[in-house]
Order: sequence, then C-alpha cells, then structure tokens
Amino acid sequence: MAYSVLSDGKTKAKATAAADGARRDSMRWVVLAILILLLAFTLFPFFLALLNAFKASAEYAVGGPLSIPRSIDLTAIEKFWTVSDFSRKLLNSVVISLAVSVLGVLISLFNAYAIGVGKVPGSRVILVVFLLGIMVPQESIIYPLYYMAKASGLYDTQLSVIIIFAVLQSAFGTYLLSTVLSTFPKEILEAAEMDGSTHWKTLWFVVVPVLRPTLMVLGTFFFIWTWNEFLIPLVMLVSNNNQTVSVAMGLTRGQNMSDPVLQASAAFLGIIPTVIFFLIFQRTLTRGIAAGAVK
Amino acid sequence: MAISSQRSSDGSQSYSLYLIPGVIGFILIVLIPQLANIGLSFTAWKGVGTPRPVGLQNYHRLLADDQFWGSMYHTLLFIVSMTVIPVCIGLVLAALLFDYVRDQFGEWVSSFFRAGFYLPQILPVTVAGVLWGWILNPVGVINITLKAIGLDNLAQNWIGDATYALAAVSLVIVWIQVGYCLVVFMAGLSRIDPSLYEAADLDGANWWSRLVTLTIPLLAPEIFVVVLTTLIAALKVFAPIFVITAGGPDNSTLVPSYLTYYHFFTTQRVGYAAAIAVVQTTLTIALAVIFLRFQSRQESKG
Repeated sequence: MAYSVLSDGKTKAKATAAADGARRDSMRWVVLAILILLLAFTLFPFFLALLNAFKASAEYAVGGPLSIPRSIDLTAIEKFWTVSDFSRKLLNSVVISLAVSVLGVLISLFNAYAIGVGKVPGSRVILVVFLLGIMVPQESIIYPLYYMAKASGLYDTQLSVIIIFAVLQSAFGTYLLSTVLSTFPKEILEAAEMDGSTHWKTLWFVVVPVLRPTLMVLGTFFFIWTWNEFLIPLVMLVSNNNQTVSVAMGLTRGQNMSDPVLQASAAFLGIIPTVIFFLIFQRTLTRGIAAGAVK
Repeated sequence: MAISSQRSSDGSQSYSLYLIPGVIGFILIVLIPQLANIGLSFTAWKGVGTPRPVGLQNYHRLLADDQFWGSMYHTLLFIVSMTVIPVCIGLVLAALLFDYVRDQFGEWVSSFFRAGFYLPQILPVTVAGVLWGWILNPVGVINITLKAIGLDNLAQNWIGDATYALAAVSLVIVWIQVGYCLVVFMAGLSRIDPSLYEAADLDGANWWSRLVTLTIPLLAPEIFVVVLTTLIAALKVFAPIFVITAGGPDNSTLVPSYLTYYHFFTTQRVGYAAAIAVVQTTLTIALAVIFLRFQSRQESKG
C-alpha cells in the first residue's frame, strides 16, 4: 500500500486542520471518555474487591457492595487467611513457581544452545514436536501422569508439579531462545573457540551474559504461568499442605456464597500477588512479549 | 540420536549432549503419557487392575453422547468469546491507543490504558472465577445493586440459570482475553513506521480507513498468531468453568475439558475420558496444522 503525498498535501492539511480543529477537540475528549468507561468496566471488579474486603459484615448488609467502608475491618481477611492457611499456600506457590522458572529456563537454555548454536541435525523437527506436544490439551496427559506419579511415589509432592511444568514450559522457552541464539554473532563464538574454550565454558561465560535479559523475561513468564496453573496442581496436590494459591482459590467456589465479605476478601487476597508481579514486571513483560512477537 | 564416539568436524555431536535433559523430560512427561492416553482410549478401565480392551467402543459411545455434543457446541460458542470478540476489541483499542491517543494525549496515557486492560490477563483464572462468582451469584453484587435501584425484576440467577450461565461465563472470558490481544497488537504496531500513518493522514484518510487499509493488513502476522493461540485455548477452556459453574446448570456450560476431568476423576470411566481427550487433541493438532499450512502458503505468495 503506497500512499502518494500530494504536492500540496501540507497546505491542504493545514486548511482542513483549521476547519476540523474545533470538531477534533471535542472528538478527542469523546474518545478519551469512551476509553475511560471501558477501562472502568475492566478494573471495576478489582475495585469492588478492594472496597469490600475490609468491610464489616454488618456494614455490607446495610450499605451493600457499593458503599464506602467507614472503618477498616480485618475480620474477613483474617478469617479467610486462617481457614485457608493462606501463608502456607503462598509459600507453596512461591516455591513451585520459582523452582519451575529456574529449572525451565535451564532446560530451555540447554536445548536452545544445541539447536541455535550447535545447529544439531533435526533441530527443526525437535522444535515442531516440542511445540505440538505442549499445544495439546493437558487433559490428554493428566491421567497417565497421575498414574505415573502414584507409581513412583511422587503423587501429592510439589516435586511432581515442578518437573511437569519445567518440561512443559521449556518447549516455549526452547523455541524463543533458539530464535534468539540462531542470530548470535558467529565471530564471538569462534573467538572463544580459538581461545580454547570448551562448549560448556562458552555457554556460561559468553552466551549466558549476553542472553541475561531474555533469560530474565523467560523466567518471569514461567513464574507467572506456573503461579496461575490450575488443572495439573488440582489433580496432583490433594493435601491441603501442598496446595497452591490458585488451587485453593479454585476450590472456594460457592463455599462463601452466604458470606459476601469473605468472598471479597478471598478475591482480594488472590489479586494482591498478581498486582505485585504486575508492578515489578510490567516493563520486563511488555518487552518480553515484544521479543516473542513475530518479527 | 546415536552419539558416536567420533566427534564430527563441526562439533555438533557434543552439542547434542545438551538436548539430553530436555528430550528425556519430553519423552517422560509428554510423549509417553500422550501415547498411554491414546492406548487407554481403546479400553474400559476404572483406574485399578488391568485395562480391558474394548476396541472402538468408547468412540461409538461418544458419538451418541449428548453431553459430549453439547460440550462441543459450547466450544464453538466459546470461540466467539475467546477469539472473535477479543480480537475485534483488541484491534480497535490497539489502533486507538497507537494511532490516536498517543498523538493526542502522549505516550504515557497510551501505556497506562494498555497496562490497565492487560491486568485481567495475568490474574489467575481461579481468582477471576472467585471474583466474578461473587459479582454474579444470586445474592451477589449485580443483583443487590439492581434491587437497590428498584429494578428487582431485572435481577436473575446469572450463573445458576441455564438461560444466562453461558453468557455470563462468556463475559468473564472476554474480560480476561482482551488484554492479551491488545498487548500483542500494540507490540506489533511498534515495529510499523509512523510515516505511513502520516502519509495516509495527509491523504485525508480518516481514522477508520487507516484502521482498515493500514493497521489490519500490517498486523496480519500478529492477528494470525493471536487467532491461532486463542482458538487452541478455546478448545481447552477449563478453569473458568470449573470455578464459576462446574459445567452446570443442567450441563449448559459443559466443555470437553470439564467432561474429561469429570470422567477421569469422578465417574472413574478412564477409558471414556481418554477418548474425549484424544478427540480434543486431534482437533487441536488439526487446527495447528491447517493454520501453519495456510501461513506458509501466504508467505510463498509473498
């Protein structure tokens, strides 16, 4: 699509700009108002949770969900925290997500080193098989995994979930890092070879320092994805002591229907970690998504 | 992959050692379970003892199972709320933020909106379910508010009434998905030369025609990726259903993933559940293959 700029384009534009000026001015506020309305709808549930998590039950009964709380009441938050053993759930989620990001990034890095730098024969096939393997629904592997975990004594251990997700997520990581590594400057690698560096040393002292930002982004992705996973932890982690925040939340359905403030507190506590990640990783994430997008 | 003791000249042999952890992991966690699941789908099994081979019986039953067909039909509807609506909204929003808001109000405002719309996307789906369940339940936020402003007869049992449950869940899914589309599209727009827009602007193309003639064609690769990933996700919808409606009321929000889970772990009809999962997997792979074929054909056309 080529657009020819008319020779008198500038003058024409000026004339129209003057005529349209007033109309455009009001237009921009209309557009902004519509966007703000849409954003308000998007963020309203978050706001509702915040508004009601600290409300006394009696106050909710009188003023409903939209009233501004007159005092900060921590009863419901404390109640949900104790009933669900939330500290434990948070710890489990952090341990599992961290372990998966470290292990997942490591596996991805090794795979991508062999594929992107080593140009191992059959690389393309390996990548396609990996990606197809994780594209399919988790239900199609969950029962055999559940059975294998029971047989090997890993059932209801966090280790089982860590291994499964590190492998599943490394497929995406392998794909991303292979793309990045296939464009890695050959000269640097050759210079390292000349200096008598082994593949192992080259990986750690040449490749990893250059890839650090990408690895951080990947680790962030893995952390958040794992934090949000539901089906596999739901099946694998049956005892209360091993469950993640995500599973605990998924199982609260309908339990607190009669206690709306408790439900608001549950939602609020579930939202907080996400908002914290969001604030920390906002820049990393958007940069990461840009890196993963089609070039 | 046989590793010979003889190192080849390019050293690719020793590089292939690095694939060992990944490949072993993949074989154990993905390949063997996947094959085992296909095998199980031809058996009758309660999860204990030995599976009894029954040939194609599970698949015959599937074809006559109203619950299965219902869940497939709901998947089609979820494609609308997972892919169609969010992609359209995401495109318009991305074009607005990139091609209008940025010029009028600055980069900061545009980034702020993008971040705000993205927030539901990174919230754990189960938390979104708790949140919306509380808003939508019969004595939830919506109904209390409707009653407070005297619109009692508009209050419905949004998630407990088969008439509305599917629409209610769809709304939640749209709410979750828009941010994903928006962020990917905006990332795509950042690689586009702004002078194209300036030229179009000088030619007197208004915002809408710039969207149709410039933005959408230029974003074709991103739209492609988003459509493919969200379509595949639509075939796998599980957590929102599990948390908000558990497939009910009267199976009105049943989806294949939930049906599979239910038969694996509740009715213990392992073989039958495995057959449903095989159908889902086949559809997913077929979809991916069709898309990738289409993409490579587009590329060869130039």
